[in-house]
Amino acid sequence: MSAAVTDHEHDHEHHDHKPSGIKRWFYTTNHKDIGSMYLIFALVMFFIGGAMAMVIRAELFQPGMQFVEPNFFNQMTTVHGLIMVFGAVMPAFTGLANWMIPMMIGAPDMALPRMNNWSFWILPFAFLILLMSLFMPGGGPSFGWTFYAPLSTTYSGDSTALFVFSVHIMGISSIMGAINVIVTIFNLRAPGMTWMKMPLFVWTWLITAFLLIMVMPVLAGVVTMVLTDKYFATSFFDAAGGGDPVLFQHIFWFFGHPEVYIMILPAFGIVSSIVPTFARKPLFGYASMVYATSSIALLSFLVWAHHMFTTGMPVAGALFFMYCTMLIAVPTGVKVFNWVATMWRGAMTFEVPMMFALAFIVLFTIGGFSGLMLAITPADFQYHDTYFVVAHFHYVLVTGAVFSIIAGAYYWLPKWTGFMYDEKLGQWHFWCSLISVNLLFFPMHFVGLAGMPRRIPDYALQFADFNAFISIGGFLFGASQLIFVWVLVKCARGGEKATAQVWEGAEGLEWEVPSPAPYHTFETPPVIK
Amino acid sequence: MALKHKPLTVKLAVIALAMFGFGFALVPLYDVFCDLTGLNGKTAVTAATAEAAQIDISREVVIEFIARPNKQMPWLFQPEVTRMTVHPGEIHIMNYLAENPTDKMIVGQAVPSVSPGQAALYFHKIECFCFTQQQLAGGKNMLMPLQFYVDPALPSQFSTITLSYTLYDVTSAWSGDSATSSQLGE
Repeated sequence: MSAAVTDHEHDHEHHDHKPSGIKRWFYTTNHKDIGSMYLIFALVMFFIGGAMAMVIRAELFQPGMQFVEPNFFNQMTTVHGLIMVFGAVMPAFTGLANWMIPMMIGAPDMALPRMNNWSFWILPFAFLILLMSLFMPGGGPSFGWTFYAPLSTTYSGDSTALFVFSVHIMGISSIMGAINVIVTIFNLRAPGMTWMKMPLFVWTWLITAFLLIMVMPVLAGVVTMVLTDKYFATSFFDAAGGGDPVLFQHIFWFFGHPEVYIMILPAFGIVSSIVPTFARKPLFGYASMVYATSSIALLSFLVWAHHMFTTGMPVAGALFFMYCTMLIAVPTGVKVFNWVATMWRGAMTFEVPMMFALAFIVLFTIGGFSGLMLAITPADFQYHDTYFVVAHFHYVLVTGAVFSIIAGAYYWLPKWTGFMYDEKLGQWHFWCSLISVNLLFFPMHFVGLAGMPRRIPDYALQFADFNAFISIGGFLFGASQLIFVWVLVKCARGGEKATAQVWEGAEGLEWEVPSPAPYHTFETPPVIK
Repeated sequence: MALKHKPLTVKLAVIALAMFGFGFALVPLYDVFCDLTGLNGKTAVTAATAEAAQIDISREVVIEFIARPNKQMPWLFQPEVTRMTVHPGEIHIMNYLAENPTDKMIVGQAVPSVSPGQAALYFHKIECFCFTQQQLAGGKNMLMPLQFYVDPALPSQFSTITLSYTLYDVTSAWSGDSATSSQLGE
């Protein structure tokens, strides 16, 4: 396997004829360039979406109206959600996939490099359209990221058309990215890289990519229906014309529930790469991890109506969706126990990627448990649309998905830049993030259980202390992420030289190419033992 | 190189396109599913035949009537009574009052919804103003009849059925050929 290293230094000099300046980035078909652009784009979106969260928390710092109008507040919650889901988390995972999948399976590049360029470059325009809509008369979308009809059809402003087109473009980008990942994994694995030898990050992304091509078109369909209901007199969701607004929720959540697994399965893959490295033991239960991921993906198509228990459904339906939802805890539990078993009696060290991965395991599990509470139909009637739900999905998305992305970034950063990041600053970033994120999201469970509704710019006086506390946590968490940018910039500019293997316990093809990874890797496929 | 990837790429693109179609196929599928299960409380849009079998006098079911014009609909709209106790199988007539306080002709469409949803399958309308669009000249009022019976097969856990009508202004989409009951005006 190690022959690859010397080969590729040679290739490096040969093929490195890329256009210079900005043209390099516009015309590039190189998976590493495109991966970097995805990651930087995701980081920028993370800060734009984060700035909106700061507006929300500033307004909620005290009861009563402080800084913004209710309509603007609603635009902030809506666009914050859309940007974080479609602009930050999903492109970050696609960026990691672009960078790492070809290197992990011994492929020279993604299978469809020109499409890869296109799927990235339409993305900035999608978000430009979405962000521009905020400056329209009447403001941007304000119906929540879930854009329930009739809020998005009857009661929305004209920015809805821009919202719909930007979601279309995001969807096309994700579908093209997903097709690329699948074709790469199917066709470009190095000889000897059998299915059950693939690293788990590759497996989880393969399954995620299938989820993407199954559900992103459904999202495209439902936004199209919203568009025609609003502007072209169709009645998909309008009872006056024979439609049904509840139908919207069924179609949306048919997309929406697999979507939440799209945002967490690659995270499982990242954590499954990091934990064995720093525990210096192979992953416990590799095959069961693959099967657990697949069964989570299959079950994700059978649980959508747990988002809409309060719309009313027959007892048999409520029970079906409740039991299927609870069933997902089984494969998820398999994963958590496998990670714990991997660490058991391992020679563990606690570098920043491992710290974030450990925080992921603990805090994602808390999010999983609150998910189980929400799955209980009668209890859900109390929790529905309260801050308890907000606490739940921020635990799985921030301390889950975002923490795993940060962990992955620290883990592979030396491979990307060729330099070790500043460990001390990274630890500062970790501890500040860990403490502030819990200050931010944990009390939300309590105000939610006490009945504070979500998406409202004001609240009853008894929630004042908790909300002040939550807002302080929010500001600290936002500020902590500036340390991350500092670490990234510092690491890109220089530092201690990284070795090819980078981490003592790291195994896999990506650790056999030099650091930084040369522009072209594995032009001749490596041989896998 | 590209040729090697084409078959799989095309297959995946076809899956994506098929799923886009599936999103739209969910619309009729949902209607069929709701017809079969009564999931969304929608009642039949066509008349039931009056073949009411046995009248079950041992059992009483309370029917509650709710009527409200949609926000954009200027008509006044209300049921003659708000509650009625019936025996399953009995045929009843219920009138709704509609008044158009504006000075221009408006066409209305009433959309029924039954709660609890599963009872919708057992609520039969023999004749209903909701089957057609209703036309009413400005300043006029009319009585709109509903003839119904409750199926004796109604499961025993249902003792109250709420029938709610929302009336929509459909003047802009009105074609003029379906207003059969305008002669009922005044």
